[in-house]
Amino acid sequence: MIFQKYAAAKYFYPLAGKCLPWFAWITVLSLSAGLYLGLFVAPPDYQQGETVRIMFIHVPAAWMSMFVYAMMAGAAAIGLVWKIKLSDTFITASAAVGASFTLIALLTGSLWGKPMWGAWWVWDARLTSELILLFLYLGFMSLRSAIDDQRRASRAGAVLLLIGVINLPVIHYSVEWWNTLHQPASVARIDGPRIHSSILTPLLIMAVAFKLFYINVVLIRMRSNILEDEADSRWLQEQGA
Amino acid sequence: MNWAEFFNMGGHAFNVWGSYLLAFVILGLNVWLPLRKYRTQQQKLRQQHETTS
Amino acid sequence: MTHNLGLFASWQRVLKRELLLAYRQRNDILTPLIFFIIVISLFPLGVGPEPETLRIIAPGVIWVAALLATLLSLSRLFNNELHDGTLEQLLLTPQPASVLVFAKIVSHWLTTGLPLVLISPLLALSLDMSSTALIYTMLTLLLGTPILSLIGAIGAALTLGLRGGGVLLALLILPLYIPVLIFATGAIIAASNGFSAEGHLSLIGAYLIITLILAPWVTSYALRVSLD
Repeated sequence: MIFQKYAAAKYFYPLAGKCLPWFAWITVLSLSAGLYLGLFVAPPDYQQGETVRIMFIHVPAAWMSMFVYAMMAGAAAIGLVWKIKLSDTFITASAAVGASFTLIALLTGSLWGKPMWGAWWVWDARLTSELILLFLYLGFMSLRSAIDDQRRASRAGAVLLLIGVINLPVIHYSVEWWNTLHQPASVARIDGPRIHSSILTPLLIMAVAFKLFYINVVLIRMRSNILEDEADSRWLQEQGA
Repeated sequence: MNWAEFFNMGGHAFNVWGSYLLAFVILGLNVWLPLRKYRTQQQKLRQQHETTS
Repeated sequence: MTHNLGLFASWQRVLKRELLLAYRQRNDILTPLIFFIIVISLFPLGVGPEPETLRIIAPGVIWVAALLATLLSLSRLFNNELHDGTLEQLLLTPQPASVLVFAKIVSHWLTTGLPLVLISPLLALSLDMSSTALIYTMLTLLLGTPILSLIGAIGAALTLGLRGGGVLLALLILPLYIPVLIFATGAIIAASNGFSAEGHLSLIGAYLIITLILAPWVTSYALRVSLD
């Protein structure tokens, strides 16, 4: 099966190397397109004014924070069932960038919220869920760094990820419910304006750009991890790295 | 294109540009640090191969 | 030890042994309980003794204290067996490990969660809770503390023998405790205000059933991961 062939590091490494320049270029292109549309073309919002432009960073970052976690959990399941080493390489490569997206979502959410709510932080349902997601990322990273044995670390991390991903909808639902209980209905949701095409297009382009960015970072980190893990193996020496 | 108005962002310059700058720095580190690590690793490996072969 | 016994008999045997050990190490049981009491007592000292304020924060305070007290007690779930080698034997017996692990979790709850339930009325009164709030506090603790033991066991198994164990365990488990916290305090507050808390209690009950089914199995899997 062709797919299984690329599961092995020695096939993945050169493939990733060839794909990287292409991914890098389309990432730069889509980021530029998204930024241009978001900053110059999209009109200011009727209620929020220019601060709506923060949405083009905040919302894609929040989407990515959840997307990356889901990807990590999927890889964890694959790694535990089929024992593919590469899925563990993928997970460790993804963790920091996923946590970074979560952090960006939280900080930009705070900056977006200040003009709207007058406070730097409110226990809004979405922001609180993002905060808990950040704890899940940090918990995962702490667990992995606390275990010295590589095999135990990858398996324990995988179990934690799967538990986290199953709990995530439960946590999200309970936080949403908790929020409607305590938040007066008049507080504006951070969702912001009705989605108009001039707002939607830059948003979607930035979402795509962030995904491509993620792929780039993961490929670089995976190649780096493979170099580290397989430093002594022959195929690496033969390829001349 | 009124640049002064553009940079001012309706009085919310700090919030809007702060967000973009923040994202740029954090994402930039996410590219730069791994790239740097990769390049040092590559160099080290090349040196190793030269001494052994 | 349990080689020729049937499933239920070996389960009983483990449970009895656990309770006996717990009795011999009574301090291990008292410590989380005293911690529970002290933490709750800190709040009036911190926010002032006005009964109106205390009544409002009471459900959250009691429940957060319960979370922390449970976390504190989780380290002793597997630590003794880890150090004397019987933990590996537990995984090697012919009986399915999840059943034996379940016995350990039950004994953990009996010695940690149940005391919290039993002492909660006193603490509810100290925070000037209404009698409805008090009853629902006991009820939610009764339903919720088993969930805390079950999920906590998974965390204890994953962090077995690791340095920084207790704090790491807290970091891993607390996010998973959040739904229980939200629905339990929601139930108490709803009931105190005259609304029905049935929905909340059913959600907690459903969560309990799901964790009862899944947690022992996941915990024994996690034990294997940590010991291999």
